[in-house]
Amino acid sequence: MSDAHAAVAHQHQFDSAEQQKDAATLGMWAFIAQEILFFGGLFVTYIVYRFTYPQAFHDGSHHLDITLGTINTAVLIGSSLTMALAVHAAQTSKKNNLVFFLVATLGLGSTFLGIKAIEYSHKFHEHHVPGLSFDGPPNMELFFSLYFAMTGLHAVHMIIGAAIIIVLIFQAQRGTYHSAYYTPVELFGLYWHFVDIIWIFLFPLLYLIGRH
Amino acid sequence: MSQHHVVPLRIYFVIFTALLVLTAITVVVAFIDLGAMSDVVAMAIAFTKASLVVLYFMHVRYSSGLVALSVVGGIAFLAIFIFFTMSDYMTRTFFESFAL
Repeated sequence: MSDAHAAVAHQHQFDSAEQQKDAATLGMWAFIAQEILFFGGLFVTYIVYRFTYPQAFHDGSHHLDITLGTINTAVLIGSSLTMALAVHAAQTSKKNNLVFFLVATLGLGSTFLGIKAIEYSHKFHEHHVPGLSFDGPPNMELFFSLYFAMTGLHAVHMIIGAAIIIVLIFQAQRGTYHSAYYTPVELFGLYWHFVDIIWIFLFPLLYLIGRH
Repeated sequence: MSQHHVVPLRIYFVIFTALLVLTAITVVVAFIDLGAMSDVVAMAIAFTKASLVVLYFMHVRYSSGLVALSVVGGIAFLAIFIFFTMSDYMTRTFFESFAL
């Protein structure tokens, strides 16, 4: 590929820019491996309590809006596509495309959070929020504790991601990223795809229990 | 090192379409009574979707073995976490709610 920036500077502790990028990528994967176990704790909790109180999970899942959940899943998968396209744009030094796809990713991510907010407000009105005059079979409160904990932790990750995208958008607009240097864009992409993967598992586990 | 590999755009759109199709399938299958297999099928589909994201969107298909090892390692430790926790709970005979 054509490269207008022949020799990219690297930090002194690395032999080359390429090695620096490899080290950064590996570091990001180490973080993601930690995140797998971070969310893993809640997933294991889910497994234990779903086996202990299957009816509570069955009932709780039926009180979730499967339409909104499916739409949100598609929205998040779409944001992963736009993020991958953003990395591609950075790799090919297409600044305008990069900014566009970063903004699109932010838009889709915000749409996801908006729909989540709507779902949460439904839960508030239906008295399905644990501890706030919860109305339902006693064990169902456990399902909703997990629902809010897992989707809440996921949403926090999305909000942090949105904040970082905004920084990337400003940097991209200034021309910081091009084919010889786009590491932050790629590494953020890894984070964003990981958050998408978490939702890919959350969706069937929370929304699709015993729907027949 | 192959981190500079530029993935053809076409592949991203193919993977995206596959992910949407798998999402539709998982919703449709949820409404079919598969008994105990419902959970297995749902997780198999989710795992397939996650694999597509990891391999193509996260470029692991085009990355070094060390990166692949990091991914497998993270999943392996989660598997250990799940396995030992469940083997504890499922061998407790003093809680009738836990069927073995």
